[in-house]
Amino acid sequence: MKSTGAQPVRGNRTGMQTSPELAEELIEGAANAAPSSDGGSEIIAESRTDYISEGFPLGSMPAMPVSEEADADEDQAAMAVFLDKLSERLAFERMGVRLYEALLNKCEALGETKPGPTLEDIRHIGGEELDHFLMLNEAIETLGGDPTVESPSADIAAVASMGIMQVLTDPRSSVPQCLQVLLTAELTDNAGWELLIELASNLGYDDMREQFETALTHEEEHLQNVRDWLSDSVMEKARVDES
Amino acid sequence: MSLDIFKEKGTPLDKQLFTWRELVQTPTSKLDDDAFTRVRIILMNGIEANALRTMHAMARMMNGDARLPLAQVRRVEQHQQTMVNWLLPPDLSPLETTIAFEQVAIEVTASVAQHEPDEYLAQVYRFGLLEDFDHLYRFSALMDRVCGADANTIIQNYSDIMPGRPTEVEHRAPEDNLREHYDCTKADPLTKIHAVTITAGENQTHDYYMTIGPMFADPIARQLYAEIASIEEQHVTQYESLMDPNETPLEKWLLHEATEVYNYYSCAAYETNPRVKQIWERFVDYELGHLHMVMDLFKTMENRDPAEVLPQTLPELIDYQSHRQFVRETLTNEVDLRAAGTRFINVEDEADEAPASIAYREQMNSEGSPSEIVAAGYVWMPGTELVEKKTVFAKGAGA
Repeated sequence: MKSTGAQPVRGNRTGMQTSPELAEELIEGAANAAPSSDGGSEIIAESRTDYISEGFPLGSMPAMPVSEEADADEDQAAMAVFLDKLSERLAFERMGVRLYEALLNKCEALGETKPGPTLEDIRHIGGEELDHFLMLNEAIETLGGDPTVESPSADIAAVASMGIMQVLTDPRSSVPQCLQVLLTAELTDNAGWELLIELASNLGYDDMREQFETALTHEEEHLQNVRDWLSDSVMEKARVDES
Repeated sequence: MSLDIFKEKGTPLDKQLFTWRELVQTPTSKLDDDAFTRVRIILMNGIEANALRTMHAMARMMNGDARLPLAQVRRVEQHQQTMVNWLLPPDLSPLETTIAFEQVAIEVTASVAQHEPDEYLAQVYRFGLLEDFDHLYRFSALMDRVCGADANTIIQNYSDIMPGRPTEVEHRAPEDNLREHYDCTKADPLTKIHAVTITAGENQTHDYYMTIGPMFADPIARQLYAEIASIEEQHVTQYESLMDPNETPLEKWLLHEATEVYNYYSCAAYETNPRVKQIWERFVDYELGHLHMVMDLFKTMENRDPAEVLPQTLPELIDYQSHRQFVRETLTNEVDLRAAGTRFINVEDEADEAPASIAYREQMNSEGSPSEIVAAGYVWMPGTELVEKKTVFAKGAGA
């Protein structure tokens, strides 16, 4: 069984103290150089503002079936928001299945360690992520939406999550390092479900709200577990006795 | 529809000006723009990259008279490429961009194969098409299985996602990747334009995969990019070998500029995004300016009439639309073709006629085939295979 960290450690070279003499020369050179233009980082903001003010959106939701009700426009706008956030959650849960597959893969390869999740713990979470994904597919279909759409919020979530996947699938990352990024995922996921519950409740979708509350219960458990495994792993490595 | 490229002079080179702000416009929308807008952006980036590549090669081999005009035109092509490529949005991930690259290879090559006047070259395009078609399937499996995302959000239903000629059997010995070249004294101008276009597209695909492959963390993603980049290198070898080496460098430059006019004109004809369409139209004029400059050089430096090489009007344009039926028919009829030297043979004859390819392939695949591993049992379905619970978590899933 190979383990991460089994290769000889050569030592981190990123800091100034790696080579103090070179560092001194570097500092001296930069300190004596003059910038070619005045101002500071706020100048970048001016450039960004120029583009922001053009007002191009990242993307939109597909056109929804038009209701014949008097307040159709308002309903349609609310539904678009709801579907956008459902699509985001769906994409996140689907990615979550793949994230936990990668964690399972890692823990199987390295062998279960204490502290940390058991293989069964990971399978349990992965199974629930899958259930949530499937439930969201049904929810979107029930509302007349298309679960294959990548909504703007789903797109943003995918961009924001790219690093999480990179860490999980990197063969060099340790289990605690994976748990650290999964904490980011689970914190986001919990907040995402809370928002969906609020939305479903405000829009009067009580059956969905109940389903989402069940999902949130699962996610709260995932979050607590990830927190505990991470904390225990870090403490163990630092050999800090919490008692 | 037809453009008289001798009559239309376009924008003079000294009027082809940019600013950095103008080069970097707000990009297109990954979600809202049509997939073919993205296809056109990627192809034209490839064409411009090839213009620079070709002109740099020329500058290193030609006499001093050509160096300055080459540098002058290259500066503009550089900025055209920038303006075009920077239309791709930052939320289009490297893997999503890869999916789009393969869609370019499928749909543009399918159009070219159908319009190609030379039957042998049409066969070459169909042969390569089935390989890129397979790459789309492999990368879609990677996207589904590593990222949990659906490649069809990029493809937008226009292209099929299923196996083609399996990537693992696409690996060939160098002698089986070369093709017969066209005869520059007899070939239809469209044949020449096609060869430049597809070579350019494949070359940028190769370069892109070589750049982004190491950015992936997953070892199977890294291996898949390594494997498919190798095929793209073979494709560049195949397609560039279609071009007649007896053409003079200046003749090649002339053809390249005509190819750029042709492609920008094709893009403008189909473009649905008004902002992007304006860029295509502007660059038709810029390329006409380049073309006429090179026509003048051709006359003065080689004492030849450009009409020997160029068509009076642009030939039939690239069809920016789904070629599903053509691709499926090609798949049914030609998936078992293999290459032996410059010929195409049936798979059952490969052992006798192309043993070096088989030996090479066996060596490369001897520690496993990334393209087979990533797509083991994979069938694309709407919303990813997780819709069908194809995951280790399906059995005994909690709650």
